[in-house]
Amino acid sequence: MKAVPSGHNALMTTLQTEVLVIGGGATGAGVAWDAALRGFDVIMVDRRDLGEGTSGRFHGLLHSGGRYAVKDPHAATECIEENVILRHIVGDAIEDTGGLFVTTPDDDPAYGDRFLQGCRDTRVPAEEIDVAEALRREPRLNPGIRRAFTVPDGNIDAWKCISALADGATRHGARILTYHSVVALHSEGDAVTGARLRNELTGEELDVEAGFTLSAAGAWAAGIAHMAGVEGVRVAPGKGIMIAMNHRLVNTVVNRCIMPADGDILVPIRTVSVIGTTDIRTAHPDEIPVTQEEVDLMLDEGEALVPGFRNARALRVWAGVRPLLQDVKTGDSDSSRDLGRSHAVLDHLERDELKGFMTITGGKWTTFRLMAQDVVDAMCAQLGDDRPCRTREERLPGSEDGETYELGHRLRVRERELQDEQLVCECELISRTRLETAMRESGTANLDDIRRDLRLGMGPCQGGFCIYRATGMLHAIGRQDGPAAAGSLVSFLQERWRGVWPILYGDQLRQARLDDWIYQGVLDVEHAAATPPAGAAPPEVIAEAMQSHGAEATV
Amino acid sequence: MSHDTIVIGTGLAGLTAAVRLAQGGARVLVLAKGVGSTHLGPTTIDVLGYAPQRVERPGDALAALVEANPGHPYGVIEPSVIEASVEWFKAQTAGGSLAPYAYVGGLEENLLLPTAVGAAKPSAVVPETMAAGDLRGGASLLIVGFRKVKDFHSGLVADNVSRADVGGPVHARSAELELPAAGRVDLNALALARHFDDPEFRSAVVAQIGRRLSAEERVGFPAVLGIKDPHGAWADLERRLGRPVFEIPTLPPSVPGMRVFATLREALRRAGGEVILNAEVVGPELEGDRLVGVRVNLGRREVVHPAEHFVLASGGFASGGLALDSSWRAHERALGLPVAGVPAPGEPRFTDTYFDEQPLSRAGVAVDRELRPVGPGDEPLHENVRVAGATLAGAVPWHEKSGDGISLSTGYQAAELILQTGQTASSLDEPAVTA
Repeated sequence: MKAVPSGHNALMTTLQTEVLVIGGGATGAGVAWDAALRGFDVIMVDRRDLGEGTSGRFHGLLHSGGRYAVKDPHAATECIEENVILRHIVGDAIEDTGGLFVTTPDDDPAYGDRFLQGCRDTRVPAEEIDVAEALRREPRLNPGIRRAFTVPDGNIDAWKCISALADGATRHGARILTYHSVVALHSEGDAVTGARLRNELTGEELDVEAGFTLSAAGAWAAGIAHMAGVEGVRVAPGKGIMIAMNHRLVNTVVNRCIMPADGDILVPIRTVSVIGTTDIRTAHPDEIPVTQEEVDLMLDEGEALVPGFRNARALRVWAGVRPLLQDVKTGDSDSSRDLGRSHAVLDHLERDELKGFMTITGGKWTTFRLMAQDVVDAMCAQLGDDRPCRTREERLPGSEDGETYELGHRLRVRERELQDEQLVCECELISRTRLETAMRESGTANLDDIRRDLRLGMGPCQGGFCIYRATGMLHAIGRQDGPAAAGSLVSFLQERWRGVWPILYGDQLRQARLDDWIYQGVLDVEHAAATPPAGAAPPEVIAEAMQSHGAEATV
Repeated sequence: MSHDTIVIGTGLAGLTAAVRLAQGGARVLVLAKGVGSTHLGPTTIDVLGYAPQRVERPGDALAALVEANPGHPYGVIEPSVIEASVEWFKAQTAGGSLAPYAYVGGLEENLLLPTAVGAAKPSAVVPETMAAGDLRGGASLLIVGFRKVKDFHSGLVADNVSRADVGGPVHARSAELELPAAGRVDLNALALARHFDDPEFRSAVVAQIGRRLSAEERVGFPAVLGIKDPHGAWADLERRLGRPVFEIPTLPPSVPGMRVFATLREALRRAGGEVILNAEVVGPELEGDRLVGVRVNLGRREVVHPAEHFVLASGGFASGGLALDSSWRAHERALGLPVAGVPAPGEPRFTDTYFDEQPLSRAGVAVDRELRPVGPGDEPLHENVRVAGATLAGAVPWHEKSGDGISLSTGYQAAELILQTGQTASSLDEPAVTA
């Protein structure tokens, strides 16, 4: 067991809490919210910013369940139930786009009948409509489609939702430590009693004494379990790539009406549309490069849904890594795409005779709330505590009115104040006041974190103009000195580059060259006095832990 | 009027070629999709700034650059031609429509000018309004910004420029003015430049900063000191502040670039040349290997403009002169010329590190010593076509800080080579420089 003895360094800070949540993705934030709402004292930690692991790296699809109606009926029912609940509790992060399943000329029309039957069996509302009506609603769709079905798909803004969960948890007393990685778990006898953390911004270490530790580390859960001496937690990292296309090529989520495959979903979200995805077993969750072949595959699949897709402008590509659970002690199968999308609570008391420690992993974005409920229920059962889950009913901060988000919202707000407010990011309509407030309140001065908070630099120019402005403002409000601000800028440019170089063709290559013109030709950022920002690329702590113990990636 | 020479593109290369040709007597028609790259960059004539170490004397560093980079555009341009193009450009400006607004400097040495993030950028030939920003040997500066202009942050400039490696101490402070007091809260560089054309606005600026200055301080502004009469605005500020004043380039739109565009376009008009904007060249008209005209897209139809000589200066990937399609094939979009320097299928086009030299960086149209396009085996393709500016293969302009130098010198040389054929309407006895 990799555990630190209880005699702490006297100078080290020690925090006490009832529940320590490891992982600040949708699941971890959901767990923190659930536990805090039940009245537990909670600390949630993440090695980076919230939602930076898997949760911020998906296509934004709020599943209706249609995708799983044939293949995984149980998951389909979970999805539709959670879909309805999430619209109720976090409407501000959800856009009710509706969804279509379409049969392209390359697909078997007979699958549509199985699909409809599956939806009926799983209680996913689905209805066949005329092809002409589908084309009227979505004129860019392949005119050769042969069947079309409506479902209640939507989109969900990952960062907005996670930030609402974190905000809600905080209002109920939870403490959230971003940029804190877990370097070791503490134990006493047969119980896990907390963790040692390292602040990735300062390098300082601190201890958390916790009555219960819940690991919501997703694809990284095996590494955390390993720190508790628990072996055999198999979480197979499944890489998926997604490409954000400029503008909304469609305004409804479009799925191909086939058994789930690669590149068969196109999700309109905010100002872009996202095509996804692939499913490739990968060796390690921190090593998920995007290849040219994967990009070409996505573009070809996009053509099948929307002819001319290759001529549209690709803004950014990214890869996420699904936690596909394959626990040896529960005996799941070993095939790839068919690996469980369902989630599981690993009760390490039952499984490994270790008290005060559970792992929640697997699952889907859409079912994060249910996952949180299940693991907190299991914790309460072990503690003999009967406080019930309240997250089905309780609305999150920002969603009190129960309304879902609408695309025109930001523009509507901006138009009212256009004469009185500077616009820092024209693509995403971000005002100077809003940006400066976010900069003052953010735990980090990292421009990439601010990008996720506000969508700064996520539009067509990918920060070409606004990131210089943001850098100047970070400096002007005293958040960073000159070299640190220039370092943030350099770091942002590098992060952005990672997301664009595999898709640089057509107009986006032109845009990238214009940005070179600005950042290299006009500003000569490369030769400015710059200090690299702390925490921009924190060490892969868990990877190290796994490697140093000779553990394989899918421990 | 019929034309004997067509220039494609209105960036620095295209306008330089066009003006020089027209002054040499050619009947010139410029065709372009829109205004060119002048509106984007600082339009300092950066001949060579990094190779890869910082270059102090660009004229002396060219030979080594060319030797280390076969196929570099400077390899087909004699240093004497670069020098002649610089002198020609300075004469055009000083004697042009914005006179006495002038450019200063030469190939002997680079100035180190502050950028809007406070880097010290090497530039050879610069507007007179920027020269006092030279940081070499150290400086004492007040950098003035404007709250309403989000594209220039004086505090960031001052803080970083104080740490720049320039061979002497730099002391820099900053001020941010709440001017103009009335009107919109959001101003771009051009809007502020129009304010600076107004003496009353300049008085308000002087009133706000005059009393803050210490004895030795020079004063830096964003590059917005006038668009109609930049020399007048700048000289007026120097006089009233009693010290050197200088401009620092902002994000686009570039006011100094607009001044260059206005100057060269007016020079072209005076020399009898013509410009048609919104005229995208979409293909060649060929007779055998000879280009006899270009096809221009006019909405739903195309027209052919015939000529004897052609200069292709439509820019690189940034300006749309070159394009890479989603199947990773590169195209030269006006004439369909082959693009050299494109990594083969399966080879990486980019690395994952932003500031690396990217494998695709040097892609462009390869030329012979007379700037005529060549094919993959270096065979000449069209003897009456010359290529200039960012369309050319072989350079990494933003790394080298060489873009404007390449555009100016190759545009100039393309014109010289055409005039030397004796096939234009001119008598070639006219002087090369008409100031």
